[in-house]
Amino acid sequence: MSVIPSTALEIAAAVRSGELSAREVLDGHLARIDAQDGEINAFNLVMIDEARAAAAAVDAQVAAGEDPGPLAGVPLALKDNLCTRGIPTTCSSRILEGWRPPYDATVVQRVNAAGAVSIGKTNLDEFAMGSSTENSAFGPTRNPRDTSRVPGGSSGGSAAAVAAGFAPLSLGSDTGGSIRQPAALCGVVGVKPTYGMVSRYGLIAFASSLDQIGPFSTTVADSALLLEAIAGHDGRDSTSINAPVPSLLESLGQGVDGLRVGLVTELMGEGIAPDVAARVRQAADALTAAGAQIGEVSVPAAAYGLSAYYLIAPAEASSNLARYDGVRYGMRVDAPTTAEMNAATRTAGFGDEVKRRIMLGTYALSAGYYDAYYGKALKVRTLIVRDFEKAYADFDLLLTPTSPTTAFKFGDKTADPLSMYLNDICTIPTNLAGHPAMSVPFGGGSDGMPVGVQLLAPALGESTMFRAAAVLEAAAPALDEVWS
Amino acid sequence: MTLTHEPIEGEHFIVVSETTGESWEIVVGLEVHCELATVTKLFCGCPNMFGDEPNTNVCPVCLGLPGSLPVLNHNVVELAIRLGRALHCTVEPSVFARKNYFYPDMPKDYQVSQFDKPINVDGWLDLPDGTRVGIERAHIEEDTGKNTHAGGSGRIHGADYSLVDYNRAGVPLVEIVGRPHIRHPEQAKTYIDELRAILLTTGASDAKMEEGSLRVDANVSVRRVGDTALGTRCEVKNLNSLRSLGRAIEYEARRQVDLLETGERIKQETRHWDEGAGRTRAGRSKEEAQDYRYFQEPDLVPLAPSAEWIAAIDAAMPPLPAARRDALASSAGVAVTETSVVIAVQRDLDQLALATIAAGGDGKRVLTHVEHNLSGDGATDLNPATFAQLVSLELGGQLTATQAKTVLAEMVTSGRAPDVIAAELGFEAMDSSELEGIVDGLIAESPDEWADFCTGDDKKRGKLQGFFTGKIMKATKGQADGKAVAALLESRRAESL
Amino acid sequence: MSARLTRDNVAKVADLARLNLSEAELERYTEQLGAVLDHAEDVASLDLDGVPPTAHPLPLVNVLRDDVVVEGVDREEVLSQAPSVEDRRFRVPAILGEEP
Repeated sequence: MSVIPSTALEIAAAVRSGELSAREVLDGHLARIDAQDGEINAFNLVMIDEARAAAAAVDAQVAAGEDPGPLAGVPLALKDNLCTRGIPTTCSSRILEGWRPPYDATVVQRVNAAGAVSIGKTNLDEFAMGSSTENSAFGPTRNPRDTSRVPGGSSGGSAAAVAAGFAPLSLGSDTGGSIRQPAALCGVVGVKPTYGMVSRYGLIAFASSLDQIGPFSTTVADSALLLEAIAGHDGRDSTSINAPVPSLLESLGQGVDGLRVGLVTELMGEGIAPDVAARVRQAADALTAAGAQIGEVSVPAAAYGLSAYYLIAPAEASSNLARYDGVRYGMRVDAPTTAEMNAATRTAGFGDEVKRRIMLGTYALSAGYYDAYYGKALKVRTLIVRDFEKAYADFDLLLTPTSPTTAFKFGDKTADPLSMYLNDICTIPTNLAGHPAMSVPFGGGSDGMPVGVQLLAPALGESTMFRAAAVLEAAAPALDEVWS
Repeated sequence: MTLTHEPIEGEHFIVVSETTGESWEIVVGLEVHCELATVTKLFCGCPNMFGDEPNTNVCPVCLGLPGSLPVLNHNVVELAIRLGRALHCTVEPSVFARKNYFYPDMPKDYQVSQFDKPINVDGWLDLPDGTRVGIERAHIEEDTGKNTHAGGSGRIHGADYSLVDYNRAGVPLVEIVGRPHIRHPEQAKTYIDELRAILLTTGASDAKMEEGSLRVDANVSVRRVGDTALGTRCEVKNLNSLRSLGRAIEYEARRQVDLLETGERIKQETRHWDEGAGRTRAGRSKEEAQDYRYFQEPDLVPLAPSAEWIAAIDAAMPPLPAARRDALASSAGVAVTETSVVIAVQRDLDQLALATIAAGGDGKRVLTHVEHNLSGDGATDLNPATFAQLVSLELGGQLTATQAKTVLAEMVTSGRAPDVIAAELGFEAMDSSELEGIVDGLIAESPDEWADFCTGDDKKRGKLQGFFTGKIMKATKGQADGKAVAALLESRRAESL
Repeated sequence: MSARLTRDNVAKVADLARLNLSEAELERYTEQLGAVLDHAEDVASLDLDGVPPTAHPLPLVNVLRDDVVVEGVDREEVLSQAPSVEDRRFRVPAILGEEP
């Protein structure tokens, strides 16, 4: 058996040329999952039969002289909040246990059409609410770099699956940092595209005006490959942008000569671990060395992003999660009346954090408090958009840490929700603005755990963002490089 | 307590209290939900169909399945604007909001509706009696599924359990919120009639109250005549027919006047009409009102119809009932509020009437036939020229009113010319000497009755006029002209006195 | 911005959200949610007069679809997912509250 390459680009090339079969590629990855996922717990479900069938179909296409597509035979893991027809989709919640959607999410259709082999459904914080994957009803996912630590969240399973080599590609969703933060903590690349670039149809909503699907991969080029495959207009999502998909792979070699990159002052000081901040400065130096102009820039409203986010996202979530009422699908706890049945079902079906956010959001929208909380948060959102506009008048890209710290230990932040929420301080502002951002691994922290640096771009600025990401990837210190 | 139709100080209709003799004014504002006549639902491609097998016209979107997203139906916007413009509303940029509450017939446990920014605002509807009823707004929202209550009484209370069908979930509705400008139960019914006519004319809805595609809630309050402030209102629901609407308003007004006259206050609440019992029952009070937590629907984008779109809708607007009444009244030379004019437009016979008048038919006579003799099917297909011919035969004395009615009915069925039909039926105008002979013979046969007819009081004379007319009609096999008979009887009476 | 979150607030909110909370949970959520809302007080210091709200990051308007039937889902597939079905409809316990 041939050696299976580690990147999606190489695998797809080998499968398309007939050098490797999709079946061999799949078997290699299934063997790794079989050996290691007992400990990591990246997957809620490994789709062995479906994946075998998909791999066989890809091989048949190659044998028939057809091109299976740009992701030919590439194993791909799906966050378990993406609907897959006939295959359990749980959001890592008891309330959806056993539910088999009667339809596929648009992104699932697109990766399948591009020849990818969907290999399983990955673990997440219940309904994507969390930053550590500790809120899963099916047990936490462990960080493959150090299994005593969290992988981040909410897309912890998707990040860990790529970091552990279970799949070269995975899809996650990012509402306040749920792709970028686990990517940083697991030492992989994670991208949150411009809001509207990737269809949300079939993504089980957390906060609709913030949610966006994006890729995980070990390399910047693989994320570009996957994003190109899933991006583009979808008539089933009213918030889908009707614009051509940018040619990201083509832009990768273009370098950063002449680009203006701003270091965001508010996200480099208080609350950011010194070793993380130092890596961000080192990344800035690497961009300078490649010809970029680095400057400091203030985005004052970014400091208020967290407060606004923790009112807006729960408000939308409180409404999005109302439908889990025990009537049409999922779990039901019986009771004499429908209202009591609704409450009994929801009480038993939702975990602690989900309940907390539903209540926070319900409160923020309720009569007498709307103006003070939700209404004000929407205004802060305007300020954030304006501050970014000002910053992008002077800079092409912004640079910040992805997460204030490296991966923390299990249980460190579960007792105090606010300390957990503070993990999202660097990632939240872009969700509120709808802009793209990505995390690129850039060496390790003083604890030897991966550090991610975050690149931010204005709406539809993915091409420029990927150019800089490629430069940072090439310049990144090794994870085990001695900390100075 | 009596309810009077008599206008007091212009157009106000009142309840007169039997106990105090005080006059109270009824104030009604109607909220009407109508299902739009689209091919598909509001936010998905499922058929918008009535009466299919349960849960057949469903998809992830209208079932509110996790991950599904709504996309607005172009035709819903088109029909909503058409309706709004027919109601003289301004079309505004609008946004959709979520109205959050738990109910099993609502798949997402929120309803997508328009809240603070509705598509149509500030219009009006002119009633046939000349009253202008303001329209506050006419906004788009989604319908719910249907609960069937099983076990127990089959009603919601006492039912053991319920069964839910989501075929109707996501059907597009427009809610038309009228201002409290209605002053009488009959006026409320007329408002609904008029609104139905507009819905049908614009093609916005089939507006069938009995099938639930048009649903009416009534906000009812009362105040002393002369007061200008509005009283506390109750919202009356469960009005399934025009008859219910009228009865419920009347009942509710009486109930409120009774309470106020005994020094009690009206509690603002929802009340449910019970058609069988003929009364309203208290529902949820304002204090118990739901906290709907409205916020902008993040899965949809704002709606901002272009000026061109609105202009195109205006340009294609069919003639509306009020304008049709104006045209017909002026052509027939009668007042626009004439019942016959209103009915002609209601029956969609105004074009026929106009064409018949244009073909030489007498306006008033044409309208009389439309009102009284053309209520059945097929009337719209009448040939205006032959209809005009019929009216001329009648006015020329060749046909009596009764004969004209018979001939007209035959014209509708067979489409043949009136003179041909009249000849076939043996309808020939009776000459006056022949009629005189018959009348004089009958008078001679019944001398006592004739004497009473000549000398009796009005009541007696009226009764005996009927007696003689009946005999004459029988003797002439209905061919005598009623007016000529009456004139002849009167002249013979004058002669005998 | 506002007075501190009370236990009653939390109880009312749990009711609106159809969640049953034990006494201990009420206590704990009041504390935890209070802390999050306290943190949100920093927003109160901002001058937000005249600032329009942003409910959505996209400037899109008028996203419409044609009024054309698209095939839905198989009814049996949908009903097979339901906790309780009778007569091809979703069965629920007695509904006591009136429809809004």
